[in-house]
Amino acid sequence: MIGGLFIYNHKGEVLISRVYRDDIGRNAVDAFRVNVIHARQQVRSPVTNIARTSFFHVKRSNIWLAAVTKQNVNAAMVFEFLYKMCDVMTAYFGKISEENIKNNFVLIYELLDEILDFGYPQNSETGALKTFITQQGIKSQTKEEQSQITSQVTGQIGWRREGIKYRRNELFLDVLESVNLLMSPQGQVLSAHVSGRVVMKSYLSGMPECKFGMNDKIVIDKQGKGTADETSKSGKQSIAIDDCTFHQCVRLSKFDSERSISFIPPDGEYELMRYRTTKDIILPFRVIPLVREVGRTKLEVKVVIKSNFKPSLLAQKIEVRIPTPLNTSGVQVICMKGKAKYKASENAIVWKIKRMAGMKESQISAEIELLPTNDKKKWARPPISMNFEVPFAPSGLKVRYLKVFEPKLNYSDHDVIKWVRYIGRSGIYETRC
Amino acid sequence: MPAVSKGDGMRGLAVFISDIRNCKSKEAEIKRINKELANIRSKFKGDKALDGYSKKKYVCKLLFIFLLGHDIDFGHMEAVNLLSSNRYTEKQIGYLFISVLVNSNSELIRLINNGIKNDLASRNPTFMNLALHCIANVGSREMAEAFTADIPKILVAGDTMDSVKQSAALCLLRLNRTSPDLVPMGEWTSRVVHLLNDQHLGVVTAATSLITTLAQKNPEEFKTSVSLAVSRLSRIVTSASTDLQDYTYYFVPAPWLSVKLLRLLQCYPPPEEGAVRGRLTECLETILNKAQEPPKSKKVQHSNAKNAVLFEAISLIIHHDSEPNLLVRACNQLGQFLQHRETNLRYLALESMCTLASSEFSHEAVKTHIETVINALKTERDVSVRQRAVDLLYAMCDRSNAQQIVAEMLNYLETADYSIREEIVLKVAILAEKYAVDYTWYVDTILNLIRIAGDYVSEEVWYRVIQIVINRDDVQGYSAKTVFEALQAPACHENLVKVGGYILGEFGNLIAGDPRSSPLIQFNLLHSKFHLCSVPTRALLLSTYIKFVNLFPEIKATIQDVLRSDSQLRNADVELQQRAVEYLRLSCIASTDILATVLEEMPPFPERESSILTKLKKKKGPGKVPDMEETKKERNSDMNGSTEPVSVNSSAVTMSTPSTSTDLLGLGLAPVLNSVAPASAGGSLLVDVFSDNSPAVASLAHTAEENFSSPRIGSADVVSDDPAAAVHDADELVNKFVCKNNGVLFENQLMQIGLKSEFRQNLGRMYIFYGNKTSTQFLSFSTAVICQDALKTQLNIQTKQVDPAVDGGAQVQQILNIECVSDFMEAPILNIQFRYGGALQNMSVKLPVTLNKFFQPTEMTSQDFFQRWKQLSIPQQEVQKIFKAKHPMDTEVTKAKIIGFGVALLDMVDPNPSNFTGAGVIHTKNIQVGCLLRLEPNTQAQMYRLTLRTSRETVSQRLCELLSEQF
Repeated sequence: MIGGLFIYNHKGEVLISRVYRDDIGRNAVDAFRVNVIHARQQVRSPVTNIARTSFFHVKRSNIWLAAVTKQNVNAAMVFEFLYKMCDVMTAYFGKISEENIKNNFVLIYELLDEILDFGYPQNSETGALKTFITQQGIKSQTKEEQSQITSQVTGQIGWRREGIKYRRNELFLDVLESVNLLMSPQGQVLSAHVSGRVVMKSYLSGMPECKFGMNDKIVIDKQGKGTADETSKSGKQSIAIDDCTFHQCVRLSKFDSERSISFIPPDGEYELMRYRTTKDIILPFRVIPLVREVGRTKLEVKVVIKSNFKPSLLAQKIEVRIPTPLNTSGVQVICMKGKAKYKASENAIVWKIKRMAGMKESQISAEIELLPTNDKKKWARPPISMNFEVPFAPSGLKVRYLKVFEPKLNYSDHDVIKWVRYIGRSGIYETRC
Repeated sequence: MPAVSKGDGMRGLAVFISDIRNCKSKEAEIKRINKELANIRSKFKGDKALDGYSKKKYVCKLLFIFLLGHDIDFGHMEAVNLLSSNRYTEKQIGYLFISVLVNSNSELIRLINNGIKNDLASRNPTFMNLALHCIANVGSREMAEAFTADIPKILVAGDTMDSVKQSAALCLLRLNRTSPDLVPMGEWTSRVVHLLNDQHLGVVTAATSLITTLAQKNPEEFKTSVSLAVSRLSRIVTSASTDLQDYTYYFVPAPWLSVKLLRLLQCYPPPEEGAVRGRLTECLETILNKAQEPPKSKKVQHSNAKNAVLFEAISLIIHHDSEPNLLVRACNQLGQFLQHRETNLRYLALESMCTLASSEFSHEAVKTHIETVINALKTERDVSVRQRAVDLLYAMCDRSNAQQIVAEMLNYLETADYSIREEIVLKVAILAEKYAVDYTWYVDTILNLIRIAGDYVSEEVWYRVIQIVINRDDVQGYSAKTVFEALQAPACHENLVKVGGYILGEFGNLIAGDPRSSPLIQFNLLHSKFHLCSVPTRALLLSTYIKFVNLFPEIKATIQDVLRSDSQLRNADVELQQRAVEYLRLSCIASTDILATVLEEMPPFPERESSILTKLKKKKGPGKVPDMEETKKERNSDMNGSTEPVSVNSSAVTMSTPSTSTDLLGLGLAPVLNSVAPASAGGSLLVDVFSDNSPAVASLAHTAEENFSSPRIGSADVVSDDPAAAVHDADELVNKFVCKNNGVLFENQLMQIGLKSEFRQNLGRMYIFYGNKTSTQFLSFSTAVICQDALKTQLNIQTKQVDPAVDGGAQVQQILNIECVSDFMEAPILNIQFRYGGALQNMSVKLPVTLNKFFQPTEMTSQDFFQRWKQLSIPQQEVQKIFKAKHPMDTEVTKAKIIGFGVALLDMVDPNPSNFTGAGVIHTKNIQVGCLLRLEPNTQAQMYRLTLRTSRETVSQRLCELLSEQF
């Protein structure tokens, strides 16, 4: 039961303040500002307790969103709501920024009225919200339309209204993964995991029933027992999913019993599932650092990166960030490929490569001059981090099928145009040096 | 100081600062700072030939970044380089950086000190000023060490500029505050004093601050400053307000300097020279006169400055406390302020008056303002002002107005702030006691006090009431009656029940004749309160009941019933249960005679300082309570003899330590009290009343308490604690050591005590060796040196504690440091305690510290000797003794003994060669006593005649006693 919701800009000025319950006073707004935003030491915990009041906050660029409560609520629920709130706002007016929030404050209050009722989260599905909270002003709605909204919002399938019609039935499916890595200087993997999302955009008529299949190990093994052929075909391709969550449209009972993902999709864009894997991850890049300290005033750094995927694929937006000591007074960089620059404001050398094919390698070498300082503190040597984008799923996930059934209307699975795309991005991809 | 020229502004710095100010977020700011730091690093690293301007600019940026809260770990070197620049602004920034960012980095400090030294040596006043400011701002020990020698020279040098002198004085002041031990005193001090005559008022102001501080440290050296300060002050005071130009502040001439001069004068007693004194008096009068003049300006600054000088003058007058005329005028002036609009002024006036009230000259004058003060108490808005008003009322109280003041305070108490109630209660209690004209008034007042503010009445207050009632027969009846009436109120405070219980238990019989307060009614009244009270009070009430059994045999049965009830006999509280059981048995078994003896009326309490006063002092901290006790002693009348404050020395009146007294209690009571209540520490309510540690008094206190709760203990039971009684027959032992310093002091089958001692003038050191003669360990071994009675003040003995375990066959050593304060008779006693095989061993030995140990031999000629001999011819100064020889009469032995005694043996002085003469001086801390002796042996009769002449009778006596035992 969220008692209230506040949105602040980076200075701590209140942009939006909505109080749902009487136990939250006006001074709660200031308490958060004083104790979190203006705190002397940076507040790291997303949950802060001030005078028996709990503040849950998330930060989007320079904007703070804080939910307040005096009760013992489920923190996961509150954060889920806050993230949902961010999604909803993004869906309505794009990037969350001070400017946008100020321009759309009426809309935001309207949304807050709708998605939270006396502190209890309500329907926060963008598609559904957009049917009755519009930015274009209120169209006069017929009685049928109004009752339709009511029945949809209160009915069993709250995320999709009836009577949708498209000339072309189309379906887009993106597998978005971010791969996280921490590697020792010797090349030993200290920790690695992939967190992925399956995002869909569906433009389908009627109330279709969809079925999604991927190379989940459990499913494959189960089928493998039945037919020996399939095991040989896709044997090694299966992946072990550690945990996953689904959009509310997925029938969980069916997933539990048959491990099949079937659902009636919402209209438009949504996130079908989220998952995490930790085994058999394909690491797209390998970073080999070499740091040598030459006396007290010089440091030599050499970094080699190797791409480790099919030569036919191209990685994009590659960026390597090599931290420099705090007493750096000058840097010389030589690199074969891409552009490298010393960024004093970030205390790092940033090396950018536009694209790079698989099974290649490239290197950079830098000479760092140091200024002798009074304190004998040793440089902590932060890890070298990397950013990139590759056109495959580092977890090895494959979409096996996505079937659409609409018995009431006259189109079949074959008539639907389906697009599938894999994007692997770097999360926190670090190598110690 | 030259202003920073326009063209010198640093654009880069301004841009950087405005960039930082425009940053949208913390992250952006950090990014910008990182970028700037990298830039500065590359600049400092790169081209070595950085010009002064850019160096200054970058150091400035670093300083700004540091002040924003980021760590700076470079740039110190560049800042130090700036010190050697010749441009003012560059030097200034260098010094600024160093003052803000200096750390005790050894190499840098050396460089910085070097730079400062150069600037101090330069003739440029602005540079010297910068260097002095830097020293003062940093004020570290290293700097103090390096420069304390130079600064005084600069300060007193004839050719130093005024502004530099000013800075030097303040710098020295600062160093004196941070490391006072390093500032040297020397011939410069006399010249500093003459700075008071300087033309430049700034220099005088700075110098006055310095001199005041130094004069507090060693007043003698700056004594000459008094007359200079007075003349300076008189020049300022008498000058027209326009004369001093820059130093006139809102028409008040040099107020700061005046205040400082007045402060300086407060370090010294009133000047003795008539002229100076007259001039000072004139000054003070002028200041007082000026206060009467109409204000020259309506501005608040004008009146503030004027009043600051005035108040400082008044505190000087109070400090001198010698001019009745001035004191009275000051008092009148303060009286005017009492009704001033400004709260601050009223507060200050009340505070100053408080000190004025303790002066005998102005006490009467202060008293005239009583109405105003009482009014202030009632109407002031600010609690701190009311507090001062209470203080002042307390200070101005004497016999004539006590009734009024106490009544007003009681009145006020009902509405007083909680924070000051306890203090007011104490004050009322003290005043009521001290100025009581008749004790019925006193009892009424205190009971009223308990009624109004019972929660704030501390134990001490009601203990005191009881002490007084018990000591004064004339009020006992009255107080019993009053207490009885007060107790009839439906709700009364627990403290009242305590007082009531105690007094009725003692003197209930005095009012029992009245049918309205018959014994049964008294008992029922008390018992009706019983269940509402806390455990200690119930314990007291139980004691009251047993006293009733004795006083009123007719209600014995009722009381026994009460005691017998389960709520008493099976009370969960051990103390209450024990009392109930024992009192019940006592009342059943004992005959009336025994009861009467056991439960006899309390003996009067010994006279002592009121413990309330002690408490008030503790509460206020030392020095806060005006010492009016001393000044008003003579006003106290005889009837108040019982409570006359004895001394204000707070160390003498520390509260008694309960542990020692309870120990004593257990020791003394154990044999007697097997069947009767041993009063536990919790139950001995009245013990705390006594503020004295001496065992005799403490035991008395216990008898008093025990009297009340249990059978009386004969004084004989307690006597065993007297250490003197147990001392071994050790006089011979001591005599053995009169003429020698080393040897075995004591020996038995368990242990041996050896001794080695050395004495020089009035000081001595004694090594005591405790040898364990057995093969088992001595456990909890402890020793104590006891100086009895007068000896305590005559000898100072310091010991170190010895190890509590002494192994078999081992020896431990203890060192005693002895200081002889004045001549003494008795020898100190060494008390040794240890556990041997389970049994506690206790032994006492007299320590051979005798007066003759502090002899210093004096050689003199025959002529001198007899001349002095004649001078000491008053009969009291001579002691002669004729005695029989105990040992064979051997000339050499006798000589050795006389030398061992400590005097110089004078050969060829006495016309008769067989006679011995000696001379010496006894050194004590207080006095030195010259001493001449003459010993005439008579070999035929085996007799000696010993004659001693000293300047002190007691010394002669004692020495004669000691020496006569030796032959």
